[in-house]
Amino acid sequence: MNISSWFAVRRELSPRKQTVLGVGSFLLPLLVWCIVSYVPFVWHPMVLVSNPGDVDYFQVDMLVDKAVYNDELANMQSQGKAVPQGTAANPIYLPAPHQVAKAFYTAFTTPPESKDGNWLHESLWHSIQIIFWGFVLSSLIGVPLGILCGTYSAISRLNEPFVEFFRYLPAPAFGALMVAILGIYDGPKIAIIVIGTFFQQVLIVANTTRKLDYGLLEAAMTLGTSKLKLLFHVILPGILPELYRDQRILLGWAWTYLIVAELIGTSSGITWFITQQARYQHFDNVYAAIFMIGLLGLGGDLLLAMLGKKLFPWDRPANKE
Amino acid sequence: MTLPSYLEQSPAVRERFKRLKAREVILEVKHLGKVYKAAKGETTALKDINFKTHRREFVCVIGPSGCGKSTLVRILAGLESHSSGDVLLDGIPVDGPGRDRGMVFQGYTLFPWLSVKKNVMFGLEMNGMSASEAGREAELWLELVGLEKFASAYPHELSGGMKQRVAIARALVNQPRILLMDEPFGALDAQTRAKMQAHLLEIWRNIDITIVFITHDLDEAIFLADRILVLKAHPGEVQELIEVPVLRPRSAEQTTSPEFLATKARLEALIHPPEPEPLEDEQEKLVKPHMIRFVNVADNVE
Repeated sequence: MNISSWFAVRRELSPRKQTVLGVGSFLLPLLVWCIVSYVPFVWHPMVLVSNPGDVDYFQVDMLVDKAVYNDELANMQSQGKAVPQGTAANPIYLPAPHQVAKAFYTAFTTPPESKDGNWLHESLWHSIQIIFWGFVLSSLIGVPLGILCGTYSAISRLNEPFVEFFRYLPAPAFGALMVAILGIYDGPKIAIIVIGTFFQQVLIVANTTRKLDYGLLEAAMTLGTSKLKLLFHVILPGILPELYRDQRILLGWAWTYLIVAELIGTSSGITWFITQQARYQHFDNVYAAIFMIGLLGLGGDLLLAMLGKKLFPWDRPANKE
Repeated sequence: MTLPSYLEQSPAVRERFKRLKAREVILEVKHLGKVYKAAKGETTALKDINFKTHRREFVCVIGPSGCGKSTLVRILAGLESHSSGDVLLDGIPVDGPGRDRGMVFQGYTLFPWLSVKKNVMFGLEMNGMSASEAGREAELWLELVGLEKFASAYPHELSGGMKQRVAIARALVNQPRILLMDEPFGALDAQTRAKMQAHLLEIWRNIDITIVFITHDLDEAIFLADRILVLKAHPGEVQELIEVPVLRPRSAEQTTSPEFLATKARLEALIHPPEPEPLEDEQEKLVKPHMIRFVNVADNVE
């Protein structure tokens, strides 16, 4: 295969190459992880003790530092006692891929550790609901306000300076305040997502609205369109595909606020699951849960992208015009 | 060959102009002026423009870049305000855009989210016509521009010429008093442009419509217009209102006729006067090519 065909400057690759590279982008980190996990002489800074020998504090299945193990080994040898045995291992916080893959399944089948705890699917569903309501509430006001800011200069001048200021305030900083106002359950969590999303949303939507070709508005005006009708018959349909793309990006934003939001008040959802599992040192479950968030986010976005193609058949991102 | 004067009109042409001027005045522009106020000071874009357009007249506006011809047509459309003077349509002052003045833009400006037919229906629906009635009207006008087969296509699926046909149908379906066209064929290739010019004349012949057409192409202006309003730049002022002495109906062969050439010579003289140098863009003046020969003297291309 010709190497230079893979590196044409600013030229798109063939669909086959795109797929190959797309799969590769996931396989590459996985490969690194596999090498670190399965090749014994790569890293493996610990030793898993299989036979303590005469070392009094060693136990079967104990993880010790390689240096400590080697010291004790030399000790026992010099004293002529039974030497310990063990295999090189990675720290507990780095489980091997197959362990995480197994946890991916068993995390759903394992009942909660505590009686009042939640199953994993319940935790996930709770998280999705938090995201959903946070995003919907933010959009209900953010999208119309953004469109109005992009349409009417007066509204933009009145709003945007403050919004511009507010968006630099980190949303988690409002955690304690929100708990004081909204209690310890879902209220403050949804509020954090709203605070994290809303201000960006107003500015992004306003900008998208401003990017609409003014020529379209002029054309509509010469066709006898009233000012109010311009908003609903030209601006709104005109920006819809871009608005949809914005919303997808903003939804990704909302996901990044999820973990912080769920730590506020009583920890809940997938975050509660992760912190619980980490406490019991079930790091395979922790990784599985983190990957689930990634899969939900990416899967949701891909689904929305496909839906977008169906919804806006006239929209051509490649359209040069 | 010596050309006749562009002012000389054959009896048939003179007769036509007499009939044309007997028709009622649709558009009257009186002492129109436009001053742009910027931080650096005021710029006069248009100064004391006066002309009248009669019903079913085809007027072309021509002039060098920066003469304000686009500004003029945008003021007529109501998309821009003017600083002084009056624009009267049927004797009524123009105030803001309205459906009585249709406009076709160089950049097509079709609504990308609407099908071709819905684009044409847009104006009618905005003015309160029911969808079914507007649909019937739109079909009629699409047939007139020859695009009935593309009624359900989206604008991005059409070629430039086809897009401009849709834009013309979209403007005409509203039955405006006057059709304003701002360099509508400027972005088209030469062949498509010639076809569109012929097609536009065909439409104009069959419909009660007055057309004000902006162009910077001299041939296009002479081929299309009854009268040509020649503007000069800095400030934009009327230089001359030329009555085109070329017989109608027009055809491509006439571009070599003496009347055509005489008119073109006159336009050339007005727009590109031999002395002094035409006032160009400030930056353009800085461009002074200094030609150096990079090839062998014997290696001659001409």
